[in-house]
Amino acid sequence: MTLLKVDDLSKEFGGVHAIEDLSFVIEPGTIHAIIGPNGAGKTTLFNLITGVYTPSAGEVYLDDRPVTGKAPFELARAGMSRTFQNLQVCLNMSALDNVMLGRHMHLKPGFVSGLLRLPGVVRRDREARQMCAGLMDFVGLGNHIHAAADSLPYGALKRLEIARALAAEPRLLLLDEPAAGLNSAETREIDAVIQKVAERGVTVVLVEHDMKLVMGISDHVLVLDYGRKLAEGRPQDIRANPDVIAAYLGTAHAFA
Amino acid sequence: MLKVLASPRGGGLLVLIVLIALLPLGFQNNFHYDVAIRVGFNAIVVVGLNLLIGYAGQISLGHAGFLALGAYASAILTGSHDWPPVLAMLTGAVGVGLLAFVVARPVLRLKGHYLAMATLGMGMIIAIVLNTESQLTGGPDGMSVWVSFGVAGLEANTPRQWYWLVGALLVVWVWLALNLIDSPFGRALKAVHGSEVAAEVVGVDTTSVKVTVFVVSAVVASLVGSLSAHYISFISPQEASFFHSIELVIMAVLGGMASIYGSLVGAAILTVLPQVLTAFEDFEHLVFGLVMMAVMIFMPKGIVPSLGLWLAGRARRPGGEAAP
Ligand SMILES: Nc1ncnc2c1ncn2[C@@H]1O[C@H](COP(=O)(O)OP(=O)(O)OP(=O)(O)O)[C@@H](O)[C@H]1O
Ligand SMILES: [Mg+2]
Repeated sequence: MTLLKVDDLSKEFGGVHAIEDLSFVIEPGTIHAIIGPNGAGKTTLFNLITGVYTPSAGEVYLDDRPVTGKAPFELARAGMSRTFQNLQVCLNMSALDNVMLGRHMHLKPGFVSGLLRLPGVVRRDREARQMCAGLMDFVGLGNHIHAAADSLPYGALKRLEIARALAAEPRLLLLDEPAAGLNSAETREIDAVIQKVAERGVTVVLVEHDMKLVMGISDHVLVLDYGRKLAEGRPQDIRANPDVIAAYLGTAHAFA
Repeated sequence: MLKVLASPRGGGLLVLIVLIALLPLGFQNNFHYDVAIRVGFNAIVVVGLNLLIGYAGQISLGHAGFLALGAYASAILTGSHDWPPVLAMLTGAVGVGLLAFVVARPVLRLKGHYLAMATLGMGMIIAIVLNTESQLTGGPDGMSVWVSFGVAGLEANTPRQWYWLVGALLVVWVWLALNLIDSPFGRALKAVHGSEVAAEVVGVDTTSVKVTVFVVSAVVASLVGSLSAHYISFISPQEASFFHSIELVIMAVLGGMASIYGSLVGAAILTVLPQVLTAFEDFEHLVFGLVMMAVMIFMPKGIVPSLGLWLAGRARRPGGEAAP
């Protein structure tokens, strides 16, 4: 069974074809990288897969069932979780509460039970708090557990998003440029985090410009250019693909 | 004491109970009771409104309309139809809840200024209906409410009785609201404000969260409308006016957005200040405006959150140790 299937997907923004007739599949248990020059449509693709955008045409299948047009929260409940290239952190909350938000659907978050502070709510919240503090530690934010989100530096916020996405316990985790803006030591840490997550059986889809990171950890690479598939295959094949090299020539992202 | 007030679970509720219990010791006449009762009514509405505006970040400039509908439901059902007051109040609340539910979905899709305009329009429509359906509502002249409020033989007639009734309701509602914001639902509420898309992708049905809190805040306004109709014994379409809606929002903003105790402080200041300022006679409104401007310039987060931050900062500085 394929985990995710994208079939003839297109998204148009007033004449701009951000994604055009794109098809591919993602098998469970892989680290699947999506690369491409700026504006290739990688983030748009994530938004289409996670239900943030509705496609102009085409279908998305999760576990072979069509999920096109479903709301993001329904897809989250079906096992998808993601991070954002342009940070989406709730700056009005503490760092830990942002991660706790990731547990939302596992906590039976009723209005009345919250109003009455029923014992089950308190207990589940306490357990979640412990688990989320552990997740913050896991992504390297162990010393920011009690911080307010708006007091964290950029690199920490990127990792906070990963912790929040992990708190949801997804089967499919989509990371949009998790290493952007991080220094090389931080990038290595993220690299290790992604590999550990994948070892636990989570399927990871990774959009990333850092070629060293991509080529080092991915099982499979999809190259986008102007919303279309330019190439697809194992990292070593992609590295040698003349079309890919041509598309990247003259861009800032040379292959390492 | 302010620090305790600023930290929700640190005994703030106890301070509130003690305050309500001791306040009457300083009251010299029924006027003092009257002002305190009005503070209580406003505080209950504003706590509900703050869940919507402060916590979930969804503005409403039409909540006075819901309050007025509750008031009219009670006035009409107890007056012309001899319903028991509690039944009339609950019926009004259910009706307002349904109306809010129907309105919420299309309206809460809007954001910012557009949401403000839509809720403003909704409030104005309610005011117009109350003004024009004069056979039912008495039109612009309003209507008297003769029936005393009471449950199971217990009636609220004297200012003292009303004071304890409103005080008890306020304490219960503040307790419930504090529970709520500290629950997973409350986290979702704040996340709708912080980043709607982030909340959605971890499984929060943000539409349902927004609709729920809109309905709850409307129902609370309706319940208070019903009670105040019995208390004041008179209602007019002014209750639903745009100015009344704005006044409620100002209470939330002045006291502190996303602060339950801020709602109480805002309601108290905006209810008491005009009474105190009558001493300034012609300059009453001028002084009132200046006070509001000064608060917003020097305490842009509202009174309670700003004082909380200030105290937290002071606690940190001398010992050099960060507050948790
Ligand atoms: N909401 C939108 N409205 C209009 N155009 C959009 C929108 N989102 C994306 N686009 C356009 O779609 C194209 C693809 O953008 P997208 O952000 O998906 O690229 P990307 O591959 O993620 O680029 P980058 O590497 O810079 O993040 C661009 O031309 C962009 O301007
Ligand atoms: Mg992008």
